Amino acid sequence: MSVDLILFLVLALVAVAAAIGMLVSQNAVYSALFLVINFATVAVFYLLLGAPFIAMAQITVYAGAIMVLFLFVIMLLGAEKLAPGKVLPYQRPLAIGLAVVLAGEAAYLLLSRVQSTTTILAPTGATNTVEEMRKLGMALFSDYLLPFEVTSILLLVAMVGAIVLTKREKGEQG
Amino acid sequence: MYYIALSAILFAIGALGVLIRRNALIIFMSVELMLNAANLAFVAFANTYQQMNGQIIVFFVIAVAAAEVAVGLALIVAIFKTKQSIDVDTMSSLKG
Repeated sequence: MSVDLILFLVLALVAVAAAIGMLVSQNAVYSALFLVINFATVAVFYLLLGAPFIAMAQITVYAGAIMVLFLFVIMLLGAEKLAPGKVLPYQRPLAIGLAVVLAGEAAYLLLSRVQSTTTILAPTGATNTVEEMRKLGMALFSDYLLPFEVTSILLLVAMVGAIVLTKREKGEQG
Repeated sequence: MYYIALSAILFAIGALGVLIRRNALIIFMSVELMLNAANLAFVAFANTYQQMNGQIIVFFVIAVAAAEVAVGLALIVAIFKTKQSIDVDTMSSLKG
């Protein structure tokens, strides 16, 4: 077993455990913190796959900005826990069965599409990080220039939309 | 191979979260988990085929996810203001 494979298996275990912890914890704050662990391990996977820019974007945008926003809203609303209510008795087993079926289907379809039989581990040789970043930047500002600019408009619309949705109307008692 | 299997497992856990939890915030976090699993598959395939396109798509997905979270959390706050709850079972009426 190579070092990369051992690292992958340990991190995969952490990622899946954090995802399940997110799912089962009753307190929403714990869920958010488990999700931060999951995002951090996925960022390490991106580094292993030779995508340092995406890894850093993952840390700053997901684990940083998005999860802080989540924690902020959880604490603002004071909605860490829900009052227990009635649940359909067959909902949980049915959902778990459906999720297992989905995972099996997805794994089968994706694995059967991968043509090379080599494992997706350890990019050939040491990738030149600076060169990779340069290629990414060139592609982003030449072939993908229009989507890149549209993204900026999308972010602007999201910002205005969030303000309009939470704004209190004049004279309204909140 | 391993990355694709991991991606499928994480996606299934996210889908399971959407199905069994009633807290709107946790359902939203599960959606983020599914987006993340899809990103992992994109980067894994980008590495296999030594193509940049996968990484660029992931970059756009992250940007769209950031926008989506901003609007989604604003919606949740607006719903909480009217219903005093973020239980998705209470969101059964169209008229506020």
